[in-house]
Amino acid sequence: MKDLTHSRPDHRAVPRAVNWNRLEDDIDLDVWNRLTVNFWLPEKVPLSNDIQGWSQLTDEERTLTIRVFTGLTLLDTIQNTVGAPTLMQDAITPHEEAVLSNIAFMEAVHARSYSSVFSTLCQTAEVDEAFRWSAENEHLQAKSRLILDEYDATASPLRKKVASVFLESFLFYSGFYLPMHWSSRARLTNTADLIRLIIRDEAIHGYYIGYKFQRGLERLPESERQELKDFTFALLFDLYEIEARYTEQLYDGLGLTEDVKHFLHYNANKALQNLGFEALFPEDACKVNPAIMAALSPNSDENHDFFSGSGSSYVIGKAVATEDEDWDF
Amino acid sequence: MGGLVYFSSGSGNTARFVARLGLPATRLPRRGDDPLPAIATPFVLICPTYADGQGRGAVPRQVIRFLNDPAARALLRGVIASGNRNFGATFAMAGRVIADKCGVPLLYRFELAGTDTDITRIRTGLARFWTEQEDTPCLMQA
Repeated sequence: MKDLTHSRPDHRAVPRAVNWNRLEDDIDLDVWNRLTVNFWLPEKVPLSNDIQGWSQLTDEERTLTIRVFTGLTLLDTIQNTVGAPTLMQDAITPHEEAVLSNIAFMEAVHARSYSSVFSTLCQTAEVDEAFRWSAENEHLQAKSRLILDEYDATASPLRKKVASVFLESFLFYSGFYLPMHWSSRARLTNTADLIRLIIRDEAIHGYYIGYKFQRGLERLPESERQELKDFTFALLFDLYEIEARYTEQLYDGLGLTEDVKHFLHYNANKALQNLGFEALFPEDACKVNPAIMAALSPNSDENHDFFSGSGSSYVIGKAVATEDEDWDF
Repeated sequence: MGGLVYFSSGSGNTARFVARLGLPATRLPRRGDDPLPAIATPFVLICPTYADGQGRGAVPRQVIRFLNDPAARALLRGVIASGNRNFGATFAMAGRVIADKCGVPLLYRFELAGTDTDITRIRTGLARFWTEQEDTPCLMQA
């Protein structure tokens, strides 16, 4: 029988029990609360309402959609099984580890939800074919390889976070474009609802991991900060090269490639902002098709704001009660 | 011309935006127990959004604490809100909540740390807004 008290050099340390009433970083609890309140499962989205719309797509459009979703499934699988668990090893606070375990599980929900779309709308054979396609697609494999190389356990904790934010806030968007495009044409609108739930989760993941990156970065000397910034932009250039080719391969047939690339530039800039860096792509290159923007955040433009509105008049809000009890007037 | 008051969390996007704006601005403290700044002149508030899926909790607690002071609220003239369009219908929702709650106009919305176009529009918009405020002082009341 093993002597359990004998200390071995490779002994795992007993972790500290996590005490949520003693926070080292308030953001851990804020993000935990947002993520848990936002929890969802694909079963709550009535995907079967899209069956008729699915049958109206051309063969080419259907094949493209299934392929795009297998590509997204791959990214979610990587983040579920490798990305979030590897970030847990670098967590500074026990609460951060707990948040990352939530992130890991939600990535599994996302990966699972594409299969819900498939089982509702598609034939088994065409789905199997698309999974084969994604396993063999050079661009999909290349971008996965670049990310996984950074997730290697020996890599720097901050480089892992950069790779993770690029996966969460940039690499998904060549895929997310398509359901937003269909939604803007009133097709597959329930599938788009499901994708918007995923987009909302990924936005919080990108924010949180980017925030932790900034906290780590500010503790480093200037020379190392500059080195990490150079690494960040170099990795983005490499990923963008692959994304551009992947986008052409997927979307040239429908004539959407340029439109998708604007969406990629826009999201690459947002990924950089999550990391605390300035935008890379000029605004002209980030002018996303307004129909796509409207599909991304429906109903959020009902009230035009004052500075960007056409008229000089504006509506002053009428005082209303909010449900937030912290307001005491 | 009136002033600016803003809140920025650890991500620092709003702080970076305000720095690029290049106008005098007062930052609200990040932590709940830190003293709030005393504001003496009319101001526009710049506020990020932290809503959950149903839109709850859009306005940061520190901003609520600040606006719960009647003296500060009486000087609020308008709100500029930031957010992320990836949050769908709740994009920049803090702006709408504060505008409705305090009876002031929602002046502008931008994403994360904003773009150069956002900076230009807000500089121009604020200059025009404060000029109009001086012309029609009785229009605004908190």
